[in-house]
Amino acid sequence: MTQIKLAETEQHQTKAHELAKKQREISVAEFFEKNRHLLGFDNKRKALLTAIKEAVDNSLDACEEARILPEISVEIIEMGDERYRVIIEDNGPGIVKAQVPNIFAKLLYGSKFHSLKQSRGQQGIGISAAALYGQLTTGRPIKITSKISPKNPAYYFELSLDTQNNKPIVVKQEEIEWKKDHGIHIELDLEGIYQKGPQSVDAYLKQTAIINPHATIIYTNPKPEQLIFPRVTDQLPTEPKEIKPHPYGIEVGMLIKMLSWTESRTLQSFFTTEFARVGPGTAKEICNKAGILPNHNPREVNRDQAERLLKAMREVKIIAPPTDCISPIGAEDLKKGLKKEINAEFYAATTRPPAVYRGNPFVIECAVAYGGDQPSEEPVRVLRFANRVPLLYQQGGCGSTDAIIQTAWRNYGLSQSKDSIPVGPCTIVVHMASVWVPFTSEAKEAIAHYPEIIKEIKLALQECGRELARYTNKKRKYSDELQKRSYIEKYIPHVGLALEGILGLKKSDREEMEKELREILERTRGELEELGEENEEYDEEFARIGAKEESEEAADTEAEAEEKPKKKKKAKDESEEGKA
Amino acid sequence: MSKAEQNTEVIKEIKTLAQSVYKTIRDGKSPQLSMPLRSLLNVTYDPKEGFFELMGKEKRRTLTASTIRTFAQTLLLMKESKAVVETDDIMTKREAYYVSKNWGDARFNEQPESDAVMDDIEAMMQTNREQLGFIPEEKGGEVAGNLVVIETDPETKQKIEHDCTRYVSGAYSIPSSVEDLKFKTSAKFILDIETAGMFQRLVKHKYWKSANCILVSMGGVPTRACRRFIRRLNDELKLPVYVFTDGDPYGYLNIYRTLKVGSGNAAHINKYFCVPNAKFIGVTPQDIIDYKLPTHPLKDVDVKRVKDGMKNDPFVQHYKEWQKALNQLVTMKKRAEQQAFAAHDLNYVISKYLPEKLKNEKTWLP
Repeated sequence: MTQIKLAETEQHQTKAHELAKKQREISVAEFFEKNRHLLGFDNKRKALLTAIKEAVDNSLDACEEARILPEISVEIIEMGDERYRVIIEDNGPGIVKAQVPNIFAKLLYGSKFHSLKQSRGQQGIGISAAALYGQLTTGRPIKITSKISPKNPAYYFELSLDTQNNKPIVVKQEEIEWKKDHGIHIELDLEGIYQKGPQSVDAYLKQTAIINPHATIIYTNPKPEQLIFPRVTDQLPTEPKEIKPHPYGIEVGMLIKMLSWTESRTLQSFFTTEFARVGPGTAKEICNKAGILPNHNPREVNRDQAERLLKAMREVKIIAPPTDCISPIGAEDLKKGLKKEINAEFYAATTRPPAVYRGNPFVIECAVAYGGDQPSEEPVRVLRFANRVPLLYQQGGCGSTDAIIQTAWRNYGLSQSKDSIPVGPCTIVVHMASVWVPFTSEAKEAIAHYPEIIKEIKLALQECGRELARYTNKKRKYSDELQKRSYIEKYIPHVGLALEGILGLKKSDREEMEKELREILERTRGELEELGEENEEYDEEFARIGAKEESEEAADTEAEAEEKPKKKKKAKDESEEGKA
Repeated sequence: MSKAEQNTEVIKEIKTLAQSVYKTIRDGKSPQLSMPLRSLLNVTYDPKEGFFELMGKEKRRTLTASTIRTFAQTLLLMKESKAVVETDDIMTKREAYYVSKNWGDARFNEQPESDAVMDDIEAMMQTNREQLGFIPEEKGGEVAGNLVVIETDPETKQKIEHDCTRYVSGAYSIPSSVEDLKFKTSAKFILDIETAGMFQRLVKHKYWKSANCILVSMGGVPTRACRRFIRRLNDELKLPVYVFTDGDPYGYLNIYRTLKVGSGNAAHINKYFCVPNAKFIGVTPQDIIDYKLPTHPLKDVDVKRVKDGMKNDPFVQHYKEWQKALNQLVTMKKRAEQQAFAAHDLNYVISKYLPEKLKNEKTWLP
């Protein structure tokens, strides 16, 4: 028996040794290469979008934190052979010299992961991943210029990533002249494909402008065409507050980390200082439930104890986290943004009161735009946003899509078959604002399916839906009424002819009679109320951006599209000549 | 009333209706057309009267934006009817539908629309559509046997005699309007037959001669003309009327009941278009047993028809005998066709069944 066991152990050891030969540190580059889809770089087209998105999201976050009205310029230059240079510049607070290399050339470095606060970025992975992607596909470093105040000089960096050790390499660094008071300028070369369509950079920037009415974005695409999205409000969104985590939203790994970081000397003080909504009483209750003394040193809590604490945290009744830390867009601004994009007859928007999932407060906002130029035979258009960032990919896998499908749109005047998106001339907007938006992947494309979140989205959609139903009902009655009125006009002459034929009326008598009949019938119908609202915000040029279909056809349609503006321009020239 | 007088009467009636519509409009009010509700729900059955009588429920159509199309169509069709009657012409239901194609927006899209408007006018004026100049497409039924039908050629005023004994094959066709016909006969009774097949067998073997009767083939539910024709024979020649149909709910409730007491749809004219004295001789459910007839299973529609009849048909509700017979049929879950007698012998009907049945009044149904 023992011998066999020994042999086994020996064999295991040799196997383990064998395996050990293959075991080594995985470099970030390798990790990136294998997981690029998780980060939004799965294909060249998406890579271009993701790189720009990460930079713009960071700029908007930084500006808001510094209470600066953002002014961001984005430029894409085609370098040939599926290579592009992307230039993004903002008027934000800038980054201090010492931090620039870490932020742009070290993965998983940032300010946002450790705080619970509504912001666009979460992980500190985005912009450095873009830099790494550029480096891997073109071999060129990312170029950064940063200036933090008029009194300070601007610093210029060329940075690349040490992919073995996940450390920044400063290729070049110098002080330069920059007229701007403060801000960041990024230049990045990468492999990509530029295409128009609903998942394009154009569409992303437009939707960003819709959902961030306080930002000005100047965009030059590779055509090159310059598009300016001016800000429509000087009101910065209220600053979201940073909150401590709520005990209900913590995982065991996070708890262990927090226990090791904390400066508190007792568990009781650890709970009261590191968590939201935990007072001394609740802290004691948690410790008692876990069978650990409240004056136990947090750093001496082992894994088993941590698990018991976590279980206790979930069992103890704790009031919901504060919700004033969320800064929603607001129904009015949401409607305003939508009006700019869609020329509809009817708009409705709603902001739900804050709710909580897994200890994280969140707010759902929804809007609908109905009728107008929108196609009535196609599925409704869905615009999804999370913390003011447009979500362009993975609509099918998004919790908001589920919520839309589960809502009974037929009650609100749209057609809908079982388990599908409704069909009708309508656009639906869903925005989730939260200290922590649960995405299904690091690429931040789809909201996870938490029942609390889906329920809130449904409630918001129902609120909009009820308003929509009032309108669609009115509209149906209105068109019935119009139909009936046209009936009167159509058939009165036939009544006249018939009576004339039977009674041998004089023409004048018949005409008199027809006149009287018209009066009788119209008397009972009453005034016709005008429907639909005037949309002065609508901007046709704006709406066209990113509207083109993606696919291989795109090439053909683009060729056609190029023809048309020429003709239009010609016509315009002629008319101007005419005026002259 | 002569045909000419009748025509003048109809024209007068059309004018009166139109005049009232015209006047109401000139008075600044919405005109109304009202007509009896045509349905079994609006009829009663009194065996003393002998036919389905209207109860007086009315359908009222006020001229509004929603009704103006039908309203205009009704008036236009009245106008067409007036023209047809004035020239003593006729118009088939199908032709009326085509005539409407000249009405522009008010034209009918399908014939059922024009038929419905026609029925409305008919009910509104409490006349039958033949008086309005409209005739149906279908033939009225066929006659053979001891009967001479006499009609007058309107142009030459010559009398034309149709001797129904003289058909070797074929038969005399009942025209769409039978009011002006005269009859001569020595027959003892009239036998109304559901199917053309049975009718042909009886004609072929000159059953009318041996039984001294008049044979009428109804070809399913009898048309109005057919009903009126039999009624006049019954009224004027005092001939008893016996009915011979398939042994199924359709034969009982649709064919026989309509012949005897009329229909819900034509309730306003049932008085003239039914034969209250008709008697049902077979095929009864009891006959199926007594004569050991080959059967078919009762279909779902048959059972449904029986249930509907029990629930809504005042005729069935009045006669316990019919309720019993219908229940018997449903319990048996069987039905038999009148030609099923051929299983015994091709001429079993002539040699055995009809003579036996005609002798034994107790086996009939009311």
